[in-house]
Amino acid sequence: MKARLHSHTDLGGFGVAETTTNSTATDAPAPSRRDFIHIAAGAAGAVGAAMVVWPFIDQMNPAADTLSFASIEVDLSSVAEGQQIQTLWRGKPMFIRHRTADEIARAEADDKAPDLKDPATDDSRLLQSNGQPGKREFLILLASCTHLGCVPTFAAGDYGGWFCPCHGSHYDTSGRIRKGPAPKNLVVAPYVYLSDTTIKIG
Amino acid sequence: MSGPSTYDPKTGIEKWLDARLPIIRLAHDSFVSYPTPRNLNYFWTFGAILTFCLVTQIVTGIVLAMHYVPSIDHAFASVQRIERDVPYGWLIQNIHAVGASMFFLAVYIHMFRGLYYGSYKAPREVLWILGCVIYLLMVGTAFLGYTLPWGQMSFWGATVITNILGAVPVVGEPIKQWLMGGFSIDNPTLNRFFSLHYLLPFVIFGVTILHVWALHVSGQNNPAGVDVKSADDTVPFTPYATVKDLFALAVFLLMFAVFVFYMPDALGHADNYIPGNPLVTPPEIVPEWYLLPFYAILRAITFNIGPIDSKLGGVIAMFGAIAVLFVLPWLDTSKVRSMRYRPWAQRFFLVFVVACFALGWCGGQNPAKAVYQAGDYSQVVTYKAADGTEATRTFAAHTPEELAIAVRAWEQDNPGAEGKAAAVVEPFKFTVETFSQLLTAYYFAFFLIILPVLGLRETPRRVPDTIAKAVLDGSKAAAE
Amino acid sequence: MKTILRALALTAALLAAPALTPAAHAAGEAKHPEKQAWSFQGPFGQYDQAAVRRGFVVYKQICSSCHGLKMLSYRNLGEAGGPFQAVAPKNWQLRGEEPVLGAPGHGKELVNAIDNPWVKAIAANYEVTEVDPNTGEDVTRPARPSDKFIYPYPNEGIGRAANGGAYPPDLSVIVKARHGGADYVYAFLTGFKDEPPKGVEVVEGKNYNPYFRGGWVAMANQLGIAEEAGVITYEDGTQATKQQMAKDVVTFLQWAADPKMAQRKSLGMQVMIYLLVLTALLYAAYKQVWRGQKH
Repeated sequence: MKARLHSHTDLGGFGVAETTTNSTATDAPAPSRRDFIHIAAGAAGAVGAAMVVWPFIDQMNPAADTLSFASIEVDLSSVAEGQQIQTLWRGKPMFIRHRTADEIARAEADDKAPDLKDPATDDSRLLQSNGQPGKREFLILLASCTHLGCVPTFAAGDYGGWFCPCHGSHYDTSGRIRKGPAPKNLVVAPYVYLSDTTIKIG
Repeated sequence: MSGPSTYDPKTGIEKWLDARLPIIRLAHDSFVSYPTPRNLNYFWTFGAILTFCLVTQIVTGIVLAMHYVPSIDHAFASVQRIERDVPYGWLIQNIHAVGASMFFLAVYIHMFRGLYYGSYKAPREVLWILGCVIYLLMVGTAFLGYTLPWGQMSFWGATVITNILGAVPVVGEPIKQWLMGGFSIDNPTLNRFFSLHYLLPFVIFGVTILHVWALHVSGQNNPAGVDVKSADDTVPFTPYATVKDLFALAVFLLMFAVFVFYMPDALGHADNYIPGNPLVTPPEIVPEWYLLPFYAILRAITFNIGPIDSKLGGVIAMFGAIAVLFVLPWLDTSKVRSMRYRPWAQRFFLVFVVACFALGWCGGQNPAKAVYQAGDYSQVVTYKAADGTEATRTFAAHTPEELAIAVRAWEQDNPGAEGKAAAVVEPFKFTVETFSQLLTAYYFAFFLIILPVLGLRETPRRVPDTIAKAVLDGSKAAAE
Repeated sequence: MKTILRALALTAALLAAPALTPAAHAAGEAKHPEKQAWSFQGPFGQYDQAAVRRGFVVYKQICSSCHGLKMLSYRNLGEAGGPFQAVAPKNWQLRGEEPVLGAPGHGKELVNAIDNPWVKAIAANYEVTEVDPNTGEDVTRPARPSDKFIYPYPNEGIGRAANGGAYPPDLSVIVKARHGGADYVYAFLTGFKDEPPKGVEVVEGKNYNPYFRGGWVAMANQLGIAEEAGVITYEDGTQATKQQMAKDVVTFLQWAADPKMAQRKSLGMQVMIYLLVLTALLYAAYKQVWRGQKH
């Protein structure tokens, strides 16, 4: 489009019929119906081209079938006290841990511990994604060590919580980092309680 | 022809670049200042339309390849996933599928235009041959691409076409196996077809560059078929040809969009929505519409020609139908380029176009189908009537199946009358097969006999001296 | 120029003509299906969603014991343009509000098909067999919206054995996979005859249907049987006649084959309008540029 408008001044052939002297003019003539048509056609073409680009970008976004796994529902009643289930959410491993009273007590006691690398209270780690407090017993975590992404094992390490075998990071019973190379606490997954025993993750 | 470059770099950067890589100069000389015959009609806009089609197919194809799975277990479902789940997948898939048809529609108009206006004649032989190469590559690419959705037509089309290779004596079978990577169309075949379907468009792109290069060396032909002699004969490509091309492209896009949004499956075949099944052949195997004329030629050879059996004969005829285009520049003996000034060539050309359409129609029909049938099938049944005398009864129906039903129905109604049926009398039938044979004969005769002989015998009308004169004559004629 | 334009249009029309006329059928021609009036036909036609919902009931209760819908997931029923698409105010789950069936608009958003209560209820009727990662044994759980429609057979061999050697085709794209589309499927479903016409040879164990190629089909007159037995009672009070059930199930199958039709047609209209404007502008520009040039 632009090249065509430029050529108006570059080339003598443009609009020969109107006036021949016009072809040598270098300054743009006053806006006329002719210019309006060219600008309108050029603009319409440019807008169309820009709109066409969107589907070609959007197609790379997650497809509907992929998105249908973006949130999962988990029935907590099948997780007995002191147990944890490991499940996949969006292709990533997760821990759903039913904590014992002892674990809860230990986690709360350490809320003010001086060696917390990434300070957070146990309460704050139970919050649902809608801001409501969760249940004390259930900790919903991404099972991915914040160091380099290995899956930590439970009931190992120095703090009664998780231990990452790859590079030796120790997490407590609230999933907080206490010792080792990992910089952050285990990430709490976004979840909400749909009923007393069902949560929706994602 | 292109003349000295009129590009005048203005800014420092342009001058700097021009001294190192004169790419702006090339673009300017090719698409801006390039002198274009002033008498080009709308048939000359299809070059631009075809470029658009090629780019569209490549861009949508690259996108589809991100989602398509080339495996016989997943191909069909992955295409469905594109249509159902991928954001705008339905749109991109429709554009690609309809786009193939649009591409061929445009290329056929482009080719018929070249044929009518003698665009293949000196000095444009190489330009024409490169075009034929592009067409051949397009056919190959379309065939490979049609296999990918792995529907019934994909599978059986691939089976039938690869079997064509089996017609080649001695080496045919080993080559067939080599191409399929197995003993039948299977997963290895699908994988390599996908790979080649991705590759060939870029080859087309490369040959297109050569095609455009050749065009810019010899210059465009024009409806008058006379050479450009002076500046009066031409207008600069931009804005004259550009704006006309863009307008024509917009009209083309309107039709394209109607298919994409309102009848995306109209150009395809219903059977390709049935997943490929090696155990069941569809009742009628037909290629996509754009290959139907060649399919009709393939099937028209039903007889052995000396040592060549009918199968190989059909294959030779089909490839010959394309091969003859390559040598066309040397077959046409006429000194006059444009058929506009060749009254007899015009008539034969018109018949040729009709023959091509008719071949296309034949390619989609059952060869045994009657184009014209004189009367009904009939059968005389002799039976013993109730009074013991011998009686006859004549049955007639439009098809042998209907005739058999009619006879059986009568027998059921008359259980006592044990009849003796005479042989079925067939009416005279002009079948699709015979029709295809006649059309095929004309197709080849047009190139091999009519064009060579006509060029020597025909007295053309007076050809204008220059394009400018042709334009003036034209407007005078219109005024009268 | 006019003649050339006319020639161009003619060429296009001629080229399109053989492609648009459906290929003729071979000998032993099937009866041509009659045209029906469909809610979804034409450039502005949309699915009659009540019919799609009724058709789903017919599919579920009659067809689904033999025919699968491999390409569909339960969630599709609740996606945009689907029969159970529902709307609700933002954050309805937290605010304890109930979604209602319908298309988005007026401050109501489309309910994510995964959370759609109708879809969840439908999916929960089915059971999915999975391998328990802990025990390695097959366990069943209720289906979720993200699951594919449960297929009636574990494999093709079982499907054949259960149907006298004839494998019931998958219905996901059946309407697109048959010449004549919706009209054909409707004609087929309602076209069964108890007796073949006189003179037609009877094929044992098959049923006569003049619309089916060859006339004899393994499938029985299911809708006729269902009508007599009163298998279906529509919730909306529609009489479940054979014709009504056929019409509904074909509308459902058309939706199943082409769930993006609404998006396609609405975007299509915008694109057509845009292209018409662009074409007009380019024509004006073309006329301007060439004004006074002899050509």
